[in-house]
Amino acid sequence: MLSKEEIKEIDEAIRLVPYKKAASIEALKVVQQHRQWVSDESLKEVASYLEMSAEDLDSVATFYNLIFRQPVGRHIILVCDSISCWVMGHEKIKEKLSERLKIDYGQTTKDGRFTLLPNPCLGTCDCAPAIMVGNDLYRNLSIDQLEGILSKYE
Amino acid sequence: MEKPLTQHLRKDTKPLSLKEYEQVGGYQSLRKVMKMTPQEVQSVVKDSNLKGRGGAGFSTGLKWSFVPMNVPKPKYLIANADEMEPGTFKDRILLEQTPHQLIEGMIIASFAIQANESFVFLRWAYKNAAKAITKAIQEAHEAGYLGKNILSSGYDLEMHLHTGVGRYMCGEETALLNSLEGKRATPRAKPPFPQISGLFGKPTIVNNVETLCCLPHIINNGAGWFKKLSLTQDSGTKIYGVSGKVKKPGAWELPMGVTLRELIEEHAGGMMDGLRFRGALPGGASTDFLVEEHLDVKMDFAGVAEAGSRLGTGTIVVLDDKTCPVGFVKNLEHFFAQESCGFCTPCREGLPWIEKILNSIEIGDGRTEDIKLLEAHTRLLGPGNTFCALAPGAMEPLQSALKYFKKDFEKHVQDKGCSYSKKSKLQFTN
Repeated sequence: MLSKEEIKEIDEAIRLVPYKKAASIEALKVVQQHRQWVSDESLKEVASYLEMSAEDLDSVATFYNLIFRQPVGRHIILVCDSISCWVMGHEKIKEKLSERLKIDYGQTTKDGRFTLLPNPCLGTCDCAPAIMVGNDLYRNLSIDQLEGILSKYE
Repeated sequence: MEKPLTQHLRKDTKPLSLKEYEQVGGYQSLRKVMKMTPQEVQSVVKDSNLKGRGGAGFSTGLKWSFVPMNVPKPKYLIANADEMEPGTFKDRILLEQTPHQLIEGMIIASFAIQANESFVFLRWAYKNAAKAITKAIQEAHEAGYLGKNILSSGYDLEMHLHTGVGRYMCGEETALLNSLEGKRATPRAKPPFPQISGLFGKPTIVNNVETLCCLPHIINNGAGWFKKLSLTQDSGTKIYGVSGKVKKPGAWELPMGVTLRELIEEHAGGMMDGLRFRGALPGGASTDFLVEEHLDVKMDFAGVAEAGSRLGTGTIVVLDDKTCPVGFVKNLEHFFAQESCGFCTPCREGLPWIEKILNSIEIGDGRTEDIKLLEAHTRLLGPGNTFCALAPGAMEPLQSALKYFKKDFEKHVQDKGCSYSKKSKLQFTN
């Protein structure tokens, strides 16, 4: 069941568009905000609320890399893997994170704390390499900073 | 040297508040516009020769002029703030630090086409920008710059922030419209152009953030002033950036038309010690390499085009002599293959194939004929063979790398691997 709060937020998005279906991305964002990811069950509920088929909504949900259709950890680590970060050695950052957290891209730590994902250019190329953890951006990174960064997230 | 877009940025990089923006002349231009006709605004902008700063370089005034004027509501104005071209970080500065400048530009553009609804389409990763814009929209509303009857002119405009959920394709204007309509971000056939049938089938203009930020200054100071800012015939200033292994990577607002050499050697402080300049993408991942012989090219639309590339976003990614050009291009093609929307076949099938070939060459499995195969692909995925500009854009760095760094490709095949030691080790373990 969509919560009252979720319905309120989805309704706000619907208000801005001419028909309900057009709020699909906003609605997926609302559900993900509240539940961390979009399960099959959530997807069906949202689709029914927007008067569209679940298949139609899933085609939208699976198109966008920041809508999660699988469970994710409490904190998402996005490693910028685009050109400037590659030149500046992002691979070392990724290797260190993988080694420390014992996960590869697309995986979540056993304690559900972190999910590690590659992300295209984070738009901070003059401060490469860069990662994001949750909503926080870290730039000009070196591997010895990673332990301190990770320790900020429970 | 005048820097209209960035001269008032705060040293601590925090966003200018409404009050601070007003103190440096903010919203004076809007007051002027509210006493003009939409046609007058359009003609000043057309005369200024402002060209789109998002990559395509199309005349902004001309783009607006295709919007029909006497049609029923609604019409839409959209700020394309989905900055996702790899190597590009210029709009971030404007979005995070001068949100009111963008809003004022958006109101001016909306008025010029008589739109009453506007959206900022912002990429997910720009969290500080989202905060700054949300606050600024609210402040502008409270001050009477947005909403009903703006500055008692009788003109109404609403503005909303939409944050995306990823995908490079959203930066393509018709794919952006699909995404705003809650669909997959696939491109649309043109015609009809968005100016006639855009968001929800209504007349729509999509302009880049930097383009919109130029507008208040053009209105305040005139078309002639804007033209004189530049060193060449493409008007205005440009926010250039440099990243890669240079001493001082960064972004700077400079007169349009400074040379590549000046950007790299003066503003970016030259190459890091022990490294030599090998080449550069002048305007993001989807532009052709420029090399040493092009260092004196003027970085405007015409100058870079003459050198066989595109100004694109004007943010330069530098390739140095210790970084493998094959690995460099492989990284780019990986990005494009991943970000292809899958809608048309050459792009969906061709780009992953290219990535695989490049990977084979890089790890020592390359064959001589692979280089020819890559060359063939640059034509097969070139302009006219795909639905949108993604694949042709992806071919620009590849075709120019095959031209300027061919020996590197051949050496990889002969030596069965990459001799740029540091990188190759990592590639092998992948």
